[in-house]
Amino acid sequence: MTEDFSTSRRAFLALAAAGGAAAALPATEARAQMVPTNARIVIIGAGAAGTAFANRMVRRLEGAQITIIDPRAEHLYQPGLSLVAAGLKPASYVVSQTTDWLPRDVTLITERVAAVDPEVQTVSTEGGQTLEYDYLIVAPGLILDHDAIEGFSLDMVGQNGIGALYAGPEYAARTWTAAARFAEEGGRGVFTRPETEMKCAGAPLKHAFLIDDRLRRAGNRGNAEIAYFAPQTALFGVPIVAERVRMLFGDRGIAHTYQRTLRAVDADRKIATFTDADGLSHEEPYDYLHLIPPQRAPEFVVQSGLAWADRWTDQGWVDCDMATLRHNRYANIWALGDVAGVPKGKTAASVKWQVPVVEDHLIAAIEGREGTATYDGYTSCPMITRIGRAMLIEFDYHNNLVPSFPGLIAPLEELWISWLMKEVALKATYNAMLRGQA
Amino acid sequence: MEELTLETMIAVFEEMFGAGLFWALVAAAVVVTLGWIYVLIRDRTLGMRQFLVAQLFMPVGAVLAIWFVMAVTNSHLSDIGGPVDVIIFLGIAAMGAVGSAILVYVIERLVLRRRPAE
Repeated sequence: MTEDFSTSRRAFLALAAAGGAAAALPATEARAQMVPTNARIVIIGAGAAGTAFANRMVRRLEGAQITIIDPRAEHLYQPGLSLVAAGLKPASYVVSQTTDWLPRDVTLITERVAAVDPEVQTVSTEGGQTLEYDYLIVAPGLILDHDAIEGFSLDMVGQNGIGALYAGPEYAARTWTAAARFAEEGGRGVFTRPETEMKCAGAPLKHAFLIDDRLRRAGNRGNAEIAYFAPQTALFGVPIVAERVRMLFGDRGIAHTYQRTLRAVDADRKIATFTDADGLSHEEPYDYLHLIPPQRAPEFVVQSGLAWADRWTDQGWVDCDMATLRHNRYANIWALGDVAGVPKGKTAASVKWQVPVVEDHLIAAIEGREGTATYDGYTSCPMITRIGRAMLIEFDYHNNLVPSFPGLIAPLEELWISWLMKEVALKATYNAMLRGQA
Repeated sequence: MEELTLETMIAVFEEMFGAGLFWALVAAAVVVTLGWIYVLIRDRTLGMRQFLVAQLFMPVGAVLAIWFVMAVTNSHLSDIGGPVDVIIFLGIAAMGAVGSAILVYVIERLVLRRRPAE
């Protein structure tokens, strides 16, 4: 019996060892072969796109000189701002350090870019440094033009019923201060979105849905009116989604008005002024106002001649091919993320799909061949419709829905699983993307 | 999602829990599972009395698993909105139930050293 017992134990240990070896397998999986080069690659911006790209370059290239330029010490997980502004997460949920994510072999310059000279292939910083590059990745994100709203300044956020969740983690937290008060007291909530292209066009809708839910949970929905104003003629850029949101707004009693662009705020009188398609002014009183400013490319993009000359001329997005993200006039420049002048895709999900495409073309350029990968405008928006439910909306340039889990997760249904993904899996996936692993 | 490989999944889970906690959880699950296989091999029988007690813990494990997921995700039972939600809900409950049954059985046979009644 004792003999049998020890034999079993040996077999058991062998099994355990085999299990351990199997668990270690993925880590030692063979990677794509490293490409030797002495190319100088400059990446403008250490946000989602720049950081993910730097990490992937380090894994693919041997001997490349990679420099990343970003003045901001803090990295922001921007998809979390909606949760902060609804009191579901603290401001710290979205904040980490830029240097936490960057690979060791990359040089970080903590300065703002002043100009790019695409002819002589240099980037100069506001601190006076000039960097020469062989390949340039333009991924500085975008500028929130708060000054464009007359009478508004960021120090007003959180007081007198004013919220502005896009402005950053502290402002998102202050937005919740104002919104929480609205949820407690009721009144008239005015929700807006800008006329320009914008980051995550779902976020203004999510905020309206979440604050509606907060009012209901506080037992105050009957004391409140919610009005949503959009400069466009639909609630969302993808028609089938716009219709679905319109129905949900109807269900929740959220009124919507098209062709209204926010122009001015009078915080003392609590009046928001909009203009319509004919330029006529409309005054809307509010007890809570959610404000999202117009959004534009950083000034250097336009000044350096990188922007489209005939499209989005007031916004300055980079003139690039929508499938390869390669600059249409300078073959060694690519745009990534918010700044790219493509019809859709100012989200982290877009970045996740754009980065491997640009990686393919840049490596191909180094090897003297043509890249083959293309980006078809994929983006994803977990459209939160209340605390605990969301619609997992994914679409492309052609306004087609492109669900990741067809037949399993219905894109236009309010589901708990979609909420779970937003709450649990999204930040983890984002972080894995930053490290170049997803 | 573009590519859902095992490597991507592991990277995502590492980010979700932190690499240390994730691998500690994996190790704990592996240890308990191996412990279960070990007592099965050692005893060459399933101790029915202990198995019965372990089964009694299944509803407890199911409820605990559901409660845990709801608590960490700001969710409520009323958020279950479609068939896939019910499947996920039952899946979480089943994992909690089976996990707790295995854990309780291993504790009984390995730690409390209760031998099967011959």
